[in-house]
Amino acid sequence: MSETAIASPSEAQKSKARPRRPSAFALLLNNRLAAFGLVVLVLVVASALLAPLLPLADPNATDPANRLAPPLSDGHLLGTDALGRDMLSRLLWGTRVSLAVGLSASVIAAFAGSLIGLIAGYAGGRTDQLLMRFIDLMMAFPYILLALAIVAVLGPGLINALYAIAIVNVPFFARNIRGITVGLARREFVDAARLSGKGPVRIVASEILPNVLPTIVITLSTTVGWMILETAGLSFLGLGAQPPQADLGSMLGEGRKVLFTSPFVSLVPGLMIFLVVLSINLLGDGIRDVLDPRLKAGALAKPSARTAVEKNRRWPETKKDETSDAVLDVKGLETQFRIGRSIHRAVGGVDLSIRPGECLGLIGESGSGKSVTAMSLTGLVPSPPGRITGGKVLFETDDLLAVSDKELRALRGGAVSYVFQDPLATLHPLFPVGDQIAEAIRAHQPLDRSEARAKVLDLMRQVRIPNPEARMEAYPHELSGGLRQRISIAMALANDPKLIIADEPTTALDVTVQAQVLKLLDGLRRERGTAVLFITHDFGVVSEIADRVAVMYAGRIVETGPTAEVMANPAHPYTRMLIDCVPVMGEPERRLDAIPGRPPPVDDLPDGCAFADRCPRAAADCRSGDIAMRDIRGRIEARCLHPLSPGDALRGAA
Amino acid sequence: MSDMLEIRDLTRRFGGGRTIFGTTKPQLTAVRGVSLDLKRGETLGIVGESGCGKSTLARMLVGLDRPSEGAIRLDGKDLTEGGAKALAARVQYVFQDPVSSLNPRHTIRQILEAPMKHLLRLNGSERKKRLADLCEAVNLNPDFLVRYPHEFSGGQAQRIGIARALAAEPDVVVLDEPVSALDVSVQAQVLNLLDRLKRERDLTYVFISHDLAVIESVATRVAVMYFGRVVETAPSRKLFAAPLHPYTDLLLNSAPVPGKQRLRAGGDTGELPDPYNPPSGCAFAERCPRVEEDCRRIDPPLEAKARGDDHRAACLHPLPAD
Repeated sequence: MSETAIASPSEAQKSKARPRRPSAFALLLNNRLAAFGLVVLVLVVASALLAPLLPLADPNATDPANRLAPPLSDGHLLGTDALGRDMLSRLLWGTRVSLAVGLSASVIAAFAGSLIGLIAGYAGGRTDQLLMRFIDLMMAFPYILLALAIVAVLGPGLINALYAIAIVNVPFFARNIRGITVGLARREFVDAARLSGKGPVRIVASEILPNVLPTIVITLSTTVGWMILETAGLSFLGLGAQPPQADLGSMLGEGRKVLFTSPFVSLVPGLMIFLVVLSINLLGDGIRDVLDPRLKAGALAKPSARTAVEKNRRWPETKKDETSDAVLDVKGLETQFRIGRSIHRAVGGVDLSIRPGECLGLIGESGSGKSVTAMSLTGLVPSPPGRITGGKVLFETDDLLAVSDKELRALRGGAVSYVFQDPLATLHPLFPVGDQIAEAIRAHQPLDRSEARAKVLDLMRQVRIPNPEARMEAYPHELSGGLRQRISIAMALANDPKLIIADEPTTALDVTVQAQVLKLLDGLRRERGTAVLFITHDFGVVSEIADRVAVMYAGRIVETGPTAEVMANPAHPYTRMLIDCVPVMGEPERRLDAIPGRPPPVDDLPDGCAFADRCPRAAADCRSGDIAMRDIRGRIEARCLHPLSPGDALRGAA
Repeated sequence: MSDMLEIRDLTRRFGGGRTIFGTTKPQLTAVRGVSLDLKRGETLGIVGESGCGKSTLARMLVGLDRPSEGAIRLDGKDLTEGGAKALAARVQYVFQDPVSSLNPRHTIRQILEAPMKHLLRLNGSERKKRLADLCEAVNLNPDFLVRYPHEFSGGQAQRIGIARALAAEPDVVVLDEPVSALDVSVQAQVLNLLDRLKRERDLTYVFISHDLAVIESVATRVAVMYFGRVVETAPSRKLFAAPLHPYTDLLLNSAPVPGKQRLRAGGDTGELPDPYNPPSGCAFAERCPRVEEDCRRIDPPLEAKARGDDHRAACLHPLPAD
């Protein structure tokens, strides 16, 4: 039994020391427009709330003698209206009414709409159909007409206008919330709650509602302004606030009669509506930006066409740089991600070389940097936040990090091609697969349609797709996982690449299909002399296909050598432990020794060997300085000061 | 040892019926007449590739899905008797993806306490005691109970998932690919933990996986599924030593083994039959190297084939013993 407790003390300390993400409120204030909106809104709301306490004239006291006094006249800061009532007082009392009505209408609409959305989305089936068709029916009427019809039935009045606006806005919330609920109701944590004995009401209230609440708030904050406008609209038409009560809409309506003689009477409430709605909308957009996870991840930032490369990057000088026969020669590649103030050294100095026709297996756990290495080679790491800060990537004689964008485009999918893990994600869902292979060919070769078609059929035969004439018309979703991955491989082969970079190409496939795809890739690279960089986490797969293997840990290669040698007698303790913790078929009694601890975070790598904390052989010298790769037994290289010899027992040292 | 769980002729169909315009909807049979027995204290490994119906079977076992036909009996009583809560108190489930099976907006304490509250109706102090016990069982630092799921790595989250399954004190735990979403170095931790918990708490496991090496290392008995049916079942050792069904043989020969470069069988297409239009005979016939004319007519039943009563296969022309 070798389990490790979840919390090691060092881990707990680290999580405390790391910079915290700024709070939602700090993020909101960071957005200048939203902060402006917030300030204006706070001022407006405060003055409306304080209206009863302020030394204001009675808003409904008429004074015909003093009618239509201009702003800044004595005793009336904003003048008086057609009945001689104080405009400032009416404005503040009116804003109070308009805000209250708009807000309550929004809250009622949000509550009713979200409830309908939650029930429809969670229950599904008939209930969903019934509720949503009813909502559709409501949406089929023109918006303002429906509101007018409701007021016509209920009779004019502020409260009835409130109901009308709330009802009209219910569908908007219902549809939004239902969409999200449908997705959430099928999530595994809802199944888990069911198995924990929670009933449907409890699941909706305690499992789903907390997850849709941000969306409700976003929708609410972006619609409040709109609803205040609608309230004003109904009052303007005389269907909302009844005289003498002031609200912004009715003040506007009263001002209309004296628009040409005294424009300020309508201008004052008009400006207030403008300020209120503008500030609410700016604030609402700000809240949406803070709460929307897509914006938080920076997914809306436009990535550049290739990874940014540091101008004065360095690489280790070696004599044989220009003379080796390698098709790919990577020297000291370093790729970083800069997120906030922390720098994640995803790839921290990787050397690789692959000869023509050779298959190099790059193996590592998630987060070891193997995929970032592969993507860095042709500048496919998104920038920002990715950045290549060092090294060079010699492909034949060109440094891929220094070639022009045009040359790089010609190389991508041409002499260097990729096969990714999930073909369903990499193939376009709306085009037949044959067209997609043809597109890959014609991006690099000037062939006409019929020539391209012939080439597509030839490629599909090479990857052993049965009945290629029929299959080329199929869409990706119509093919099985194995066939889809064969299509990806056909696309990768389309322009006779010298190097194929295969990133976990069989991980998503079933074992019998995986065996076929491995066999296919192996045969193709031997026939064509294509070099393959094969990225995987599976030692079994590496053993099947790779001539040489490179083991990655915390952004660096820690061991490399011929596959059979590394698998039988690894020198680095990490490799040994990684091999030992996997169950092997045919050895059911094998003891599984888990590796204690976790890899160090790449934004906080320790000095010396990154594996030292987890290594049973670690000594004092492992924890300082840079540990270089060194020859072991003349056959393999390992980044280790105390390498294992064949037959060394690792556990004895622990 | 008695049969604790009996699965009889279990079938699950999806779709079917008629639309409001009277046309028939396409129908898919995910699980086709599966019968299995589970003895107390054993680990039944269910292995098969995607689309073979193993997850649908698992969901029916814990009551997340209802069978179209057939019965599941727990200690002789039909599973659906007594309602969902009674079932959940005896059979629990561990999900494949540990992170998405934990509600991102609940703390670990809320997640672990839910089954104690709603299934066992424990009061505050009893819950506190059980929480401490669970934390110790899965090596979870009790300080972490106030944290949220996104703060945990995959391996830690899966231990929390296991703790939640155990919180209800079940007799049977259905584990649906519990380690396939985890890194290899973490897999071993979780497998060792499951092994210890089983011994300490006298649990019975149904362990579903596509990984033959994992199944071989945990299961006492194995059922191989293909296209909605069990095509072979036997004690683990017997099945891995000498399989009867050509599909099992293909699976065993397809799995890559670390340190070995093996000759792979060629010619297999890896394609499943169309589930909307299943073949009349054996579903594996199209891919089978031992196929004969009668295979395409007769869908063979799961039966013993001269290797003892506990080694059964659904095949007309099973492999000979080596």
